[in-house]
Amino acid sequence: MGRITLQKVQKKFGDVEVIPPLDLEINDGEFVVFVGPSGCGKSTLLRLIAGLEDVSGGQINIDGEDATMVPPAKRKLAMVFQSYALYPHMTVRKNIAFPMRMAKMDPAEQNKRIENAAAALNLTDYLDRRPGQLSGGQRQRVAIGRAIVREPAAFLFDEPLSNLDAALRVGMRMEIGELHKKLDTTMIYVTHDQVEAMTMADKIVVLRAGHIEQVGSPLELYRTPRNTFVAGFIGSPKMNLIEGAAAAEHNAQTIGIRPEHLDVSTTAGKWEGTVGVAEHLGSDTFIHIHGIEGCDPMTVRAGGEVSVKHGDTVFLTPQAEHLHRFDAEGLRIA
Amino acid sequence: MATQSSRSAARIMMAPAVFLLLVWMLVPLSLTLILSFKRFLPLRGDRIGERGDGFGDFLLDYITGFPTLDWVGFQNFASFASSGAFADAVVTTLVIVGGVLAVSVIFGILLAMLLDQPMWGQGVVRILVIAPFFVMPTVSALVWKNMFMDPTNGLFSHLWRAFGADPVVWLSDVPMFSLILIISWQWLPFATLILLTAFQSLDSEQLEAAEMDGAGPFARFFFIALPHLSRAITIVILIQTIFLLAVFAEIFVTTGGAFGTRTLTYLIYQRVLESQNIGLGSAGGVYAIILANIVAIFLMRIVGKNLDR
Amino acid sequence: MARAVTTPRKALNTAIAWTIGILIFFPILWTVLTSFKTEAEAIANPPVFLFFDWTLENYGVVQERSNYMRFLWNSVIIAGGSTILGIIIAVPAAWSMAFVPSKRTKDILLWMLSTKMLPAVGVLYPIYLLCIELGVLDNRYALVVILMLINLPIIVWMLYTYFREIPGEILEAARMDGASLKDELLYVLTPMAVPGIASTLLLNFILAWNEAFWTLNLTSVDAAPLTAFIASYSSPEGLFFAKLSAASTMAIAPILILGWFSQKQLVRGLTFGAVK
Repeated sequence: MGRITLQKVQKKFGDVEVIPPLDLEINDGEFVVFVGPSGCGKSTLLRLIAGLEDVSGGQINIDGEDATMVPPAKRKLAMVFQSYALYPHMTVRKNIAFPMRMAKMDPAEQNKRIENAAAALNLTDYLDRRPGQLSGGQRQRVAIGRAIVREPAAFLFDEPLSNLDAALRVGMRMEIGELHKKLDTTMIYVTHDQVEAMTMADKIVVLRAGHIEQVGSPLELYRTPRNTFVAGFIGSPKMNLIEGAAAAEHNAQTIGIRPEHLDVSTTAGKWEGTVGVAEHLGSDTFIHIHGIEGCDPMTVRAGGEVSVKHGDTVFLTPQAEHLHRFDAEGLRIA
Repeated sequence: MATQSSRSAARIMMAPAVFLLLVWMLVPLSLTLILSFKRFLPLRGDRIGERGDGFGDFLLDYITGFPTLDWVGFQNFASFASSGAFADAVVTTLVIVGGVLAVSVIFGILLAMLLDQPMWGQGVVRILVIAPFFVMPTVSALVWKNMFMDPTNGLFSHLWRAFGADPVVWLSDVPMFSLILIISWQWLPFATLILLTAFQSLDSEQLEAAEMDGAGPFARFFFIALPHLSRAITIVILIQTIFLLAVFAEIFVTTGGAFGTRTLTYLIYQRVLESQNIGLGSAGGVYAIILANIVAIFLMRIVGKNLDR
Repeated sequence: MARAVTTPRKALNTAIAWTIGILIFFPILWTVLTSFKTEAEAIANPPVFLFFDWTLENYGVVQERSNYMRFLWNSVIIAGGSTILGIIIAVPAAWSMAFVPSKRTKDILLWMLSTKMLPAVGVLYPIYLLCIELGVLDNRYALVVILMLINLPIIVWMLYTYFREIPGEILEAARMDGASLKDELLYVLTPMAVPGIASTLLLNFILAWNEAFWTLNLTSVDAAPLTAFIASYSSPEGLFFAKLSAASTMAIAPILILGWFSQKQLVRGLTFGAVK
């Protein structure tokens, strides 16, 4: 079980309110990702749930019980840290065994769980090594192993992939996803990378300055961002936000159109602009177009074979059904 | 950033160290301060309360400010400061501190630069150079005094005779030079080691960039290396100053304060323990504390800045 | 990367550095050599360097005449006791400051440092007086406490700088893993900090061993350590160079060996982490 409810949870460091009172519900078995720019309070929120920080107000319930004052070890949560936080003086086996040793678990059971975790994480051959002798990805797996053996109510991940290189990150992303499917345990995952959020989450929580901007499934956020912040944050390349006359046409302060929802033509279209940089990715081409009023540059995602070059004049037409409208406060107009 | 419980645990765990140091600082300091305003000559019969009354009575005397001793106001401070010995001691102290600092910093930089060069047996040379720092002060003073500076049998006298010169009576003819030599020998390793550490942390790409920019070896030293070392040099100067102000054993063993080698520390020591003029010595102690604090403030600034990184 | 240098250049560096190194080391070398000479050879002119009749006689005489072992034992008790006591008091304090820093941590650290800068002579009489009043003048346990207090700031500082290099996440991981404060200190922090604690131990042992203000002024017979033993050679036995050398060698040999191990930590310990 792993149902976590935050009620009016608040955190202050001195006089600075890092997290204004917020409510959040995390259901059992859900993969929840906290995402937001650095300094948005997502790690603090995770640490509040973990019990590594005291809340300044509000209540945290885990499986229906008030855990607000419960020390971290007693919350039945396991955490994987950004730096992995492996104990450098212990072998992999001892690292994984540590939480069980602290819980004074029966040694036979300990061994069984270690073997299982090691098998699941491809660590069997490395059990007698020390963290210093492992690669980044292996360390990451040890940290996960240490979390798994406790059979926690929920896993907490604090930017676990940010110390890995790009290729490994993709691999670990899938492994963590697989793990979630297999264990079916609640996972809370903190990242600043919206790609990780989109690919892994059942539910994304977008945070800014301690506020929850929007909660929803990846596609919900993609399709119906509640405000301009979420609109700009979710999706890559970023949504084009256009102000001025073009927006006024739609009775909005700002309109947004994703790069993939713009049609490009060299002959005719709604907006005219000049090609700046064209990034050819093979499968796609990202074209940055200058000279369009209210949004400069505007980014277009075109097919991989599109041949435009710097200085060409092009015409863009937004797909009407994918147009997002926002009011003066930046909120979505339905 | 932590939870309430770990913060209170932290406070409890810090308490013994803080408490002990607080007592260690406040009790002696307040005693020195009180006594510096008192006439206290045990050899002439001045007593703190009645001796043999036990520690409790002593504490009572202490708390009431030693009523059996006469309060003399600033007289001790005035007479300590106006005596010729004080002026001489201040000059001697400054010469020794300044001399040793100059020797250890200048030669320390040169030695550090040398040791930073590629060579065979670098580790061994390092060990040879650092060794004097580990020699206890009484030993180094005694070895230099007798085996090197002794006018009849010392190694220097042999050397001088070998060149047909008259041996120098080091500790009475050139006492300050001799003391600076001995103390510098002890402190040069310290300066060298710290400066070498600083040298080694100098990014060699910076030097290479300077070389590409057309800087010659001297320009590289003065514009790149020296600024990089400035912090380490400041620290060497400050720390050594604090230790050098307190130099004691070297003088105790060699000249015993004779031949104009009486530093402030030694003067106070003599006033307090040899001539047993406690009030006067305590006033001197207060001066010494003030002097050391002036240096300490600068050192703490630097160290404090480093904490914020 | 340092660039490769030509062999002649390297040879020149080596020659200069070794010459200077040996010159600086020479007083120690000479003392050790002299300790194996007879008194006549010790003052011979021209001096004999290596080719003399090596003898251990001086060591025997020194031990016999001055009861060297007692001084040595006092040094060991005073230096060892003060260091261990200091570590026991400092580890929890340094832990707190490194891992649960508060706004006051920096001030406390700097204040501790400032007590280290108090000139000893400024409080000479008060300490002397307190020792008399407590009946612990010339008592080695009093010196254990005094030297502990003198070195406590350095010990706290050194441990603090070492602890700070241990990532706080590891301790948080231990907390999440169910470790109590005691488990955390015992199974996680201490093993990781062993190298730091060891070098702190070593450096402070050396500093306490060589301390020569309080040990000279607060001891006379019973508690006198090697510093005082050597100072007693000041005159007139000092004229017996071979014996003086033997006594000196015995006083510095153990610490020289320890010192060589600790030279890296020395920088850190004595600059309060300001130079690394």
